[in-house]
Amino acid sequence: MIGSLDHSTLQQLWWVLASVVGSLFLFLTFVQGGQTLIWQLGKNDTEKSLIINSIGRKWELTFTTLVLFGGALFAAFPKFYATSFGGAYWVWIAILFTFIVQAVSFEYRKKPGNLLGATGYELFLFINGAVGILLIGTAVGTFFTGSNFILNEYNFVRWTNPLRGLEAAGNIFNVSLGLFLVFNARVLGALYLLNNIDFSGLDDFRQRTRDAVLRNFLCSLPFLLVVVAGLLTMKGFNVDPVTGKVDMVAFKYLKNLLAMPQVLVLLLAGLGLVIYAVKQTMTKQKENGIWFAGIGTVLVGLAVFFTAAFNNTPFYPSKADLQSSLTIYNASSSHYTLTAMTYVAFIIPVVLAYIAYVWYQMDRTKLEASEVSGQEAEENY
Amino acid sequence: MIDQVDLSLVNWARAQFALTAMYHWLFVPLTLGLTFLIAFFETIYVKTGSEQWKELTRFWMKLFGINFAIGVATGIILEFEFGTNWSNYSWMVGDIFGAPLAIEGIVAFFLEATFFAVMFFGWNRVSKGFHLLSTWMVAIGSNLSALWILVANGWMQHPTGMAFNPDTARFEMQNFFDIILSPYAISKFTHATTSGFALSSFFVIAVSSYYLAKKRHVLMAKRSIAVASVFGLVASLMLAYTGDEAAFLDAKHQPMKLAAMEGLWEGTTNAPIVAVGIINGMKRPGDFHEPFVYEVKIPGMLSLLANRQAGSFVPGINDLVYGNKEQGIMGATDKVEKGRLAVKYLADYKHAQKEGDIKKASAALVEFKKYQQYLGYGHLKSPEEAVPPVPLTFYSFHMMAAVGSAMILILFLYFFYTARGKLEEVRWLYPVGILFFFLAYAAGEAGWVVAEVGRQPWAIQGLLPVSVARTDIAPVNVKLTFFMFLATFTLLLIAEVKIMLKQIQIGPKEVA
Ligand code: HDD
Ligand code: HEM
Ligand code: HEM
Repeated sequence: MIGSLDHSTLQQLWWVLASVVGSLFLFLTFVQGGQTLIWQLGKNDTEKSLIINSIGRKWELTFTTLVLFGGALFAAFPKFYATSFGGAYWVWIAILFTFIVQAVSFEYRKKPGNLLGATGYELFLFINGAVGILLIGTAVGTFFTGSNFILNEYNFVRWTNPLRGLEAAGNIFNVSLGLFLVFNARVLGALYLLNNIDFSGLDDFRQRTRDAVLRNFLCSLPFLLVVVAGLLTMKGFNVDPVTGKVDMVAFKYLKNLLAMPQVLVLLLAGLGLVIYAVKQTMTKQKENGIWFAGIGTVLVGLAVFFTAAFNNTPFYPSKADLQSSLTIYNASSSHYTLTAMTYVAFIIPVVLAYIAYVWYQMDRTKLEASEVSGQEAEENY
Repeated sequence: MIDQVDLSLVNWARAQFALTAMYHWLFVPLTLGLTFLIAFFETIYVKTGSEQWKELTRFWMKLFGINFAIGVATGIILEFEFGTNWSNYSWMVGDIFGAPLAIEGIVAFFLEATFFAVMFFGWNRVSKGFHLLSTWMVAIGSNLSALWILVANGWMQHPTGMAFNPDTARFEMQNFFDIILSPYAISKFTHATTSGFALSSFFVIAVSSYYLAKKRHVLMAKRSIAVASVFGLVASLMLAYTGDEAAFLDAKHQPMKLAAMEGLWEGTTNAPIVAVGIINGMKRPGDFHEPFVYEVKIPGMLSLLANRQAGSFVPGINDLVYGNKEQGIMGATDKVEKGRLAVKYLADYKHAQKEGDIKKASAALVEFKKYQQYLGYGHLKSPEEAVPPVPLTFYSFHMMAAVGSAMILILFLYFFYTARGKLEEVRWLYPVGILFFFLAYAAGEAGWVVAEVGRQPWAIQGLLPVSVARTDIAPVNVKLTFFMFLATFTLLLIAEVKIMLKQIQIGPKEVA
């Protein structure tokens, strides 16, 4: 059945699947956002513990989603994996380091004899939440602004900038996207805490958390503005569907959005949902904003990934050599591999189902202060 | 295909991969086995309803959590290192190699990540039965992740189910099932997981023996040992069996690795096994130095083990480098020559295609097809380059096999005295048990050295040497990150060990 799908359909399908995983990751960065709020919102040990234990039960999920994003790109678009990871070496290494230190921090922070002290691990969490997300955003930005690589006749990558990817941080658009993601993660983090923690008797803490939603949302706006304005006005990379030749076209991404109104709808609906979530949280004291803002983030993420790759657009363009740019058609695995992987992908709904079930089982009752202090606390983070 | 090979780059990239992989393997085997042991403990708790078994379960779970976190931290870097260090490799075989990695994420990591949270924080949030199920899911999930990554690794040792596409100059998947059901994949998976089971049993035994020696938590320690010694004994028998199977496969598909493992320079019928030996460091391919300074041989054993046939011929390193007409073995010398032709014709083909000369292109392609199976050899500078570092492979292999044989005996003793109810009397056994915990670690790391160093210079056996597989990057970058990893992982390791020791010192909660 799947074997009869033609190559380009499978390539598009896998870009959609990778985009879904990437966008779900952006939603799950509420963990990273929460990590950057520990010091700001937690004024005493109990409050800090509540924050850490609330997001700490989900950190593995976010982490694994990132790993899967990498794995899916490797399997489906190996040329991208090879070009970007081998080429933009330092950006990826830096991102990975922030995740290495994250992975131990929840577990070790409060354990006796932990060498670095609780503050050390809290610092690691902060670095992961701030620097890690900033760099990921910067890397995604290069999907639009381009990178500095040349592929030779065997498609081996040569990077033409000695900074090996860190040069992307010199571009306002890339950095703005990164900062937007950081603040958005903080909005999501605060919303998640509001939803997940039992604040009875902790009204101050609740108010602080709620204020953080609005404050971080407002902080994210200027960066969002730069990103959207940049996207709508910038020259973009275009590939001629017949000759395969890549060149620069004015208002390319605006044209993409107009040519694919579904994507424009995703973008607007996504932004709308985030705004709605913030508004309901602030004015109606609602505590379920995380779901609206989360879905909104996923939709925005999808719109970004689709704009970058569909409508004759190379998703990993090269500034150094336009013709080296990667499209979903020239960077993908063979027909056979994509077919095999598509069969495997049928497991994904099962995975999503048990994740949802376990999430529901574990979060049915809110996290109480008594759970993270006293007798019970020992097993907690 | 490559302009200049910067050897220091390749070596730093290898060193970095080895460093991070070996760190990962410090934590992974304990996860593989301890999750099952915890699942056994919890099953007993659920069956008996005894609070003591519950506390016992929770104690080992706590130690597991400390180990797990750092296992994950070291794993993520490996996932992306194929891209950062071996980007040409990633492009050339991503079609085949990326798939198991992605599948691992989908089917294994999420299982672990999701149920891990239930295991630790779900005691009062979900039912007893669902909690137990979650614990089993974590055990199964972690072992599934071993399965998929070892499918990938097995494919590198013995590439199957694919074909070279001259138009894209890369290897493409032809048969998914050939890859996942490859005998190498099965051998890797069974051997590596059982090594984790055996190591984890020694972990439980070592900690429990410490308590017995200190006369603390005696009941809990004896109970833990009872379960661990049975599990460990079965695992260690499987381990020896699967290790033998691995060597048998090497004889068939990686004869050079086998020759290096045994320090066999001249092929012979009735080949002996060197039980104990000191290698002569001067020995090089084709020279007349004695291979060993000192050796104790068991005649005929290698023929029997490698080919399952007494008296059979086992090729040595020199046969594999220079060929052996009598035995019909083509040496690396000939393969390098043919390989160079393959490289040349592939370049001709590409060139003619670019010029649009279809006739010339198809002529070059015909020639290329004749030699394409030797393409990898065309990139070697000399036939001697096909020889892996012999001493390292030899010593690692012998260390692993010796520890593997001895551990069966030790596990049997623990089992025997437990069954007799005499465990508290055999106090001399405790330090031995603790020692073997460390030896099991050393054996596991040595196993990877055998598997990976013995495969050099190939990233993919016979097809792609590491010098082509690497990323084009200034060595200083890789050097720098090598030391960053070394510093970070060492720091985290020290933290982990300190926390672990502290928790062991605190011990399990005693309940009546
Ligand atoms: C799926 C593939 C895979 C897996 C599961 C492993 N490795 Fe590996 N290893 C490679 C794939 C690889 C590699 C990327 O292909 C390297 C780099 C260059 C090479 O030839 O193989 C390598 C090199 C390499 C070397 C250097 C060999 C040399 O340069 O002489 C060592 C010592 C190890 N590895 C050790 C390990 C350990 C301890 C592992 C346990 C987790 C491990 N490897 C798992
Ligand atoms: C180079 C090859 C390898 C790569 C790329 C790799 C990748 C990873 C990654 C990314 C993680 C973190 C997953 C998460 O999000 O939870 C991980 C953890 C893990 N890996 Fe590996 N891994 C490799 C080798 C191995 C081997 C050889 C085994 C077992 C035979 C193994 C078994 C595990 C297990 C059990 C975990 C769970 C975490 C733990 O407790 O250590 N891995 N690995
Ligand atoms: C009883 C004797 C043993 C024999 C005959 C044996 C044999 C082997 C062989 C031939 C290999 C290389 C496979 C290849 O890549 O071609 C290997 C690898 C390995 N061994 Fe052993 N082994 C033994 C015991 C052990 C022990 C005690 C441990 C650890 C506790 C261990 C852990 C490993 C590991 C982790 C690998 C790398 C993974 C793999 O290649 O499967 N082995 N072993």
